[in-house]
Amino acid sequence: MRQVSIIGAGMTKFGEHWEKSLRDLVTEAAVKAVADAKLDGGEIEAIYGGCMAPGLFAGQEHVGALIADQLGMNPIPSTRVEAACASGGLALRNAYLAIASGAYDIVAVGGVEKMTEVTTEQTGVILGGAGDQEWELFMGATFPALYALMAKRHMHDYGTTEEQMAACSVKNHANAVHNPYAQFQRAITIDDVMKSGYVADPLKLLDCSPITDGASAVILCATEKARKYTDLPISILASSQASDTLALAHRGSLTEIRATKVAGEKALKQAGLSQKDIQAAEVHDCFSIAEVMAIEDLGFFKKGTGGKVSANGETALNSKLSINPSGGLKACGHPVGATGVKQAVEATVQLRGEAGKRQVSNLKNFMTHNVGGSGATVAVHLFARGD
Amino acid sequence: MAQLLPSVWRHIPERYSLLGSHCENCGKDYFPQRPICPTCRRKGKIVQKLMPREGKIFSHTLVHAAPAGFELEAPYHLAIVELKNGVHLLSQIVDSDSEAIQINSPVKMVFRKISEDGKQGAIAYGYKFKVVRNAAAASKPGKPVGKQSTSSKK
Repeated sequence: MRQVSIIGAGMTKFGEHWEKSLRDLVTEAAVKAVADAKLDGGEIEAIYGGCMAPGLFAGQEHVGALIADQLGMNPIPSTRVEAACASGGLALRNAYLAIASGAYDIVAVGGVEKMTEVTTEQTGVILGGAGDQEWELFMGATFPALYALMAKRHMHDYGTTEEQMAACSVKNHANAVHNPYAQFQRAITIDDVMKSGYVADPLKLLDCSPITDGASAVILCATEKARKYTDLPISILASSQASDTLALAHRGSLTEIRATKVAGEKALKQAGLSQKDIQAAEVHDCFSIAEVMAIEDLGFFKKGTGGKVSANGETALNSKLSINPSGGLKACGHPVGATGVKQAVEATVQLRGEAGKRQVSNLKNFMTHNVGGSGATVAVHLFARGD
Repeated sequence: MAQLLPSVWRHIPERYSLLGSHCENCGKDYFPQRPICPTCRRKGKIVQKLMPREGKIFSHTLVHAAPAGFELEAPYHLAIVELKNGVHLLSQIVDSDSEAIQINSPVKMVFRKISEDGKQGAIAYGYKFKVVRNAAAASKPGKPVGKQSTSSKK
């Protein structure tokens, strides 16, 4: 397998883009990434685009072709990748594999979701499609409800509290204050979270990631050719993926996402690293409890202690381990298909040392963790400076 | 999104009677039905089996923000129920005092309307669960509903 690097990255601001369509958003992000890589565009041999539900959100399928068309890139191959909220992470992984295999030298990776074309209730149904339609959604389950079921059991088994979970949201908002691309560039308090209304007990509105429009893109290049385009390629040290049952109830545990454990361990093994070698990670905090479980399942903290260490500030920027310096899904926003690629954009910006006031200091290795559904798909990637 | 009647009708044996699967090779039970035993795969021997209708609450939540189609029911209780054979399933909890809905509370299956496809469309029925005050009084397994029978083996 060949080594693969990121040579360009770009994203739109995440938020409610009433004036922009899916095609506007993905084009904006891709153009920024191509310019960042100092490419003309003709060097790109293939495109992989992560997008979860454009058919249901906007009546538009066939987004692979749409992206190539909008970018003026026909006739190169262009493929849409779908794995619910892990669509972006899997688009990245597919592009990585395509270059590592030797099939291509330069590939563009995009992620996009245009979510504000429909009502909040319809959004709930569409995102519900990431779960099991026949055995979860049919019974009235929502995504907040599925994660609430995990949270309730985590509280029961380990004594995790609502205040400890709230600390994840508070920390992520604090980081997003310094991210100009974040949906919510403002701080919140534990009290704000605790006083926000219940969505699915014990999860409240401010435990939940928002509905977001946005797009993100990175340009991957075979490392042996990356120096032609940049003095500072960002190496992809590892790419891994794992799966589990579609329905939450069909798994052995509610307090552990097995696919996260498996993908995390595989990625560290591929890179020859251990948890202590990682200084920062973007983890999939679609809900506060998801961050609590992610930092446990990735092996950074002992099972059951995720809430406590979050409340103690051990995951704050430049503390023991900087978790979600971008603001995470909670505060940077969560355009579902774009999130996995946005995490790679944040890794690139951080490893280049260009993250400004949210810069992680003494950063060597950066992890990204992208979850589809309630844990049925997980993608983990590891990055480092390539200079 | 509105779905045609067959998508509801196909699941009648499972949703009305808790008809699941049993692997005769490893002895594990599954609900809903599985075509392949994930433990034994090619060596597995899957047959149909009725699940027990009693169990306990493994985890629960009160859903306040309902998806389209469930707005009139909010807030409603959802739970992951652990049946007596250890199988987990997701269900609404109904006909129960909120304070009685706790992890480990004993529950039994009841037959209820789940949803309707608009005013003119099909009504979907299936299982929900209720907390049993006196667990010993829980009902015995009923007869299967629908075209499939319990004893059919492939």
